[in-house]
Amino acid sequence: MGWFKRLKDGIQTATRNKKEAPEGLWYKCKRCKETSTMKELKENFFKCPQCNYHVRIGSEDYFGLIFDGVFEEMFMDLRSQDMLNFVDLKPYKKRLDDAYNKTGLTEAISVAKGKVNRRPLVIAAMDFSFIGGSMGSVVGQKIAMAIDHCRENRIPLLIISKTGGARMMESAFSLMQMAKTSAKLSQLAKHKIPYFSLLTDPTTGGVTASFAMLGDINFAEPEALIGFAGPRVIKETIKRDLPEDFQTSEFLLEHGFLDFIVDRKELRERISDLLSFFDV
Amino acid sequence: MVFLDFEKPLEKLYEQLEKLKQVGEEGIVDVSETVKELENKIKNTRKEIYSNLTGWQKVQLSRHPERPYTLYYIREMSRKFVELHGDRCFKDDKAIVGGLANLDGQTVMIIGHQKGVNTKMRQYRNFGMANPEGYRKALRLMKMAERFDIPVACLIDTPGAYPGIEAEERGQAEAIARNLLEMAQLKVPIVCVVIGEGASGGAIGIGLGDRVYMMENTWYSVISPESCSSILWHSWDYKEQAAEALKLTPDHMLEFGLIDDIIKEPLGGAHTAPEEMAKLLKRQIKKAISELQEMSVEDRIEARINKYAVMGVYGTAEEDSLMTEKENQ
Repeated sequence: MGWFKRLKDGIQTATRNKKEAPEGLWYKCKRCKETSTMKELKENFFKCPQCNYHVRIGSEDYFGLIFDGVFEEMFMDLRSQDMLNFVDLKPYKKRLDDAYNKTGLTEAISVAKGKVNRRPLVIAAMDFSFIGGSMGSVVGQKIAMAIDHCRENRIPLLIISKTGGARMMESAFSLMQMAKTSAKLSQLAKHKIPYFSLLTDPTTGGVTASFAMLGDINFAEPEALIGFAGPRVIKETIKRDLPEDFQTSEFLLEHGFLDFIVDRKELRERISDLLSFFDV
Repeated sequence: MVFLDFEKPLEKLYEQLEKLKQVGEEGIVDVSETVKELENKIKNTRKEIYSNLTGWQKVQLSRHPERPYTLYYIREMSRKFVELHGDRCFKDDKAIVGGLANLDGQTVMIIGHQKGVNTKMRQYRNFGMANPEGYRKALRLMKMAERFDIPVACLIDTPGAYPGIEAEERGQAEAIARNLLEMAQLKVPIVCVVIGEGASGGAIGIGLGDRVYMMENTWYSVISPESCSSILWHSWDYKEQAAEALKLTPDHMLEFGLIDDIIKEPLGGAHTAPEEMAKLLKRQIKKAISELQEMSVEDRIEARINKYAVMGVYGTAEEDSLMTEKENQ
């Protein structure tokens, strides 16, 4: 038995007295609240070294994790346009400019070709940091071009989804990207070229209801949020609490919509194994 | 009669007309001239109101409680109709109906969202919000139609696919995605018509076709104006602005090249003359099917996919920097 007893739980320091740590040095886990260094995090495949929480990462990180070192980015020239002059609280143009400046990216998806254990692969990976990873005309077009490239050169395709869904600021144009990407995928299937879909946290809305669910093989990272409607919308509609593991990767695997769940540490090897089974 | 808020001037005129007719029935005064005048006035007022409807007003009209729904159109267009039920996996969804119909000698598999005509039926039809089994039933019927070389017509009228626990468990997203993939390759002609609300994934889940039409007082968008307002404006009060911003009316959709044509509605909307509307709908579906039947299967599928492949507006980095330069000058 100790001499002292803790009377108050949790952090007592007022926000104004908080000491700021320099950005990019430490990582505080969103889930277990434990701290580790960025170096440790990176070495651990961007997973929390304490609780294995898979941190949301960007397209470049995935390219680095999966490809054999070198890869070549494709279709980098495309830019979104504000064809509707869409203004809500902020004009769409401003949102795009902010996204360019904040992320250094040019869109919510990047496409690259490279090799995995010497087998060629094209990866289209989404970035959630770019307007919520939303799908507009450019995302649809880049996927369509990636599919055409895979078809013409007979290379398997991997799409890594990380998105809130369709981009509202392009209205029906965004909606039609669901039809466009699915129609293009049907051509890929006809040419017997495998398409792998990796769903990561989060994958919802129009993207789930089009290309993300259409993989010859669908797989996900652990504990990712995956669904059609967002949990808040469902809760408001049915006015009931949602089950504990609702809309997680594990939930989808149990209900038959995923082939398997893969830890990010094993991602590269698993993809390499898959590629070895398909003689393209 | 149900009047929408922007139809208030009409409501007053109708009230006057009613009173006038009562006076006329008493037979003391001859009111026939005044009745005629008033009827003319109603016609002109209606024309005026309906010649410049806003996006939001079209949304309201698309939800008009007296608006005809899929089953009405099918029965009006086809003397014979056999409704087919069930997805053969789980159950029969009441929010999507379908079956074999005959349009003046042409057998057509007609599939569509179905809303209820009164409170009880609206609940029974889940307000036209389908579950995965609805989309799977639609796909089953389409694949059957394909086997027997029967063209498919889809009538779209939904506030969205149902957002519920069971819908997610049974794969709402997968069901819609699967339909898109399969419809892209379906060997028979597909004609889609938005007859009311065209909300997002729930609409496009039966909406990929060789021809896509919209009736005049309908809308098609990636999200309903209400939800858009709630997400982007953080409030439910901006639905009118959202409806404008989304450019969801048939005129815009045609201008963007996202639909193939607009089907005119009788003045005052489809509900004011439903029989006439059904005739116009039938004419358009039949015309499209006979045009599409001229093509070979391969050509038709290729044209269908190419049609969607060009949808989208984007520029290049170079154009973007040129634009910025121009703006700075």
